[in-house]
Amino acid sequence: MTNVSLEVIDGDNFSLRQTFIIERLEAAMADEEDELPETELSYDQRKEIAKWFLLNAPAGEINYVAKDLKAVLSDEEVYNEAAMEAFPVYNKSHMICLEMPSRAGDVIVSSYSEITENEYLDPRTAQVAIVDHVKQICTKVRPANDEELPSLYIEEYRYALDAEIQRYVSESYPKGMCAVNCVKGKDTEGPGSDFELVVIITAMRLSPQNFCNGSWRSVWNIDFQDESQVLDIKGKLQVGAHYFEEGNVELDAKKDFQDSTIFQSADDCAMAIANIIRHHETEYLASLEVAYSKLPDNTFKDLRRKLPVTRTLFPWQNTLQFSLTREVEKELGLGK
Amino acid sequence: MEAALGLLRRMPPKQSETALSALLSLIPQHSSDLLSQVDLPLQVLRDIESGKDFILCEYNRDADSYRSPWSNKYLPPLEDALYPSSELRNLEVEANDIFAIYRDQYYEGGISSVYMWEDDNEGFVACFLIKKDGSKSGHGRRGCLEEGAWDAIHVIQVGPEEEEMAQYCLTSTIMLSLTTDDESSGKFGLSGSIRRQMKMELAVADGHLCNMGRMIEELEGKLRNSLDQVYFGKTREMVCTLRPPAEIVQMRLPDT
Repeated sequence: MTNVSLEVIDGDNFSLRQTFIIERLEAAMADEEDELPETELSYDQRKEIAKWFLLNAPAGEINYVAKDLKAVLSDEEVYNEAAMEAFPVYNKSHMICLEMPSRAGDVIVSSYSEITENEYLDPRTAQVAIVDHVKQICTKVRPANDEELPSLYIEEYRYALDAEIQRYVSESYPKGMCAVNCVKGKDTEGPGSDFELVVIITAMRLSPQNFCNGSWRSVWNIDFQDESQVLDIKGKLQVGAHYFEEGNVELDAKKDFQDSTIFQSADDCAMAIANIIRHHETEYLASLEVAYSKLPDNTFKDLRRKLPVTRTLFPWQNTLQFSLTREVEKELGLGK
Repeated sequence: MEAALGLLRRMPPKQSETALSALLSLIPQHSSDLLSQVDLPLQVLRDIESGKDFILCEYNRDADSYRSPWSNKYLPPLEDALYPSSELRNLEVEANDIFAIYRDQYYEGGISSVYMWEDDNEGFVACFLIKKDGSKSGHGRRGCLEEGAWDAIHVIQVGPEEEEMAQYCLTSTIMLSLTTDDESSGKFGLSGSIRRQMKMELAVADGHLCNMGRMIEELEGKLRNSLDQVYFGKTREMVCTLRPPAEIVQMRLPDT
């Protein structure tokens, strides 16, 4: 995809202010529509384009995108390679939840739980799930070995926090999933070192038959700082929704948070952290609602009013008024 | 082709240009089909002679030049170019002037252009375009928007006059995106596009401009409301479904 920026051409009375995707558009708008361009795309270029489509699929829609993409590409080899590279990135970024066999629950696929590209730790059941990214399923599980699990000291904190978060999520999210992973300092044996836990909360609502899909992702990094005896908390919330019945509209909302609390026992920390998370997330939801309620009469108005300032429809039939307007404008020097 | 359109519908609306460009590279043999069915945000050029901007589209293009509705000249200059008849050009001039006032009333800024040309059925086609930058650095009067864009394309086919009446067929496409960024709600972005049609048979005595203007105003209003209430409303509903507001007490579902 080449973007060409045209500069002001000296001597002529015009300037071009925008970038045109010239090469393709020009070739296409020319009358020789049956002529293929001279430079055909390389294998790698087609693969990169395929990956781009897959990675930009909205939450829960990658398989629909994949289907259409395969039809457009009509090249299985390019598609397969692109899929092998794109699906893991997509799955981790969307934190998809996969059911583990033998009713062990779900594992959340994320960069925080990743052991290797195809293996993800579920700390709650101390198992490692082996996944097939392209098929988006968990093929089997194995028990996690000691090197993959946190120390008993860390586990105490992780477990307590996990319990509190689970309680919060089941109260606040009709279909939410959560996990707590240790991403730093997992082998710490006791006080005296820093460690970091990450709380992930994810909820997806897929209604393709109603042309509507949505997802909520929260990632909270809790940095346990030994020296200052403080927990530094950083949160990132991302909400997305896609409605596409005879049209196409997307919501993309995100917010970062910062908070802190004191380093206490595992149970006390867990309660404090969960309360902080609950507080921020509830407040964020409320402010999203406010943003939505301001839309029709405020925000949207900056794009287009519902009615002119006169509060009446435009007087199309009154052409005399226009000539008058023009005369007045000229008199007052308001004309452009 | 259907798969290509399906892909475009799923890609983020803000990335529609990149998506279309990617598709054109993959399936160049379908280029003209794709281009005629997909709308991209409007591009603008400045007509230095008239000191005004005008909007670019297929309907004022000939080869690589575009005709300004203000000076009726092609930029860059083009020999043997296509022009509307002088009668139609007069209507076009009036339409541009009136539509500019309409635009100002509803959009408090922005750029508009109207292009007309004769069609094969003794009627004509008119294209009314509006481009508005509603961001606080653009023409956003209230400073609400970090980023805001509204592109409207209205194409009306006017049939030949029969018994003092004429058929008007309007196809309107709106593309918009808006982003607010503040302390409490962080970055909040909505974007999308919608297209609808409207057909009416009206008395020619009222004047083509009046008839077309009324239809555009009506459909634009409907689309604005639809986007706001239905489309954005659905995304709002989805957010509340994902995480209901605190006031609603959630009973634990028996099967969890």
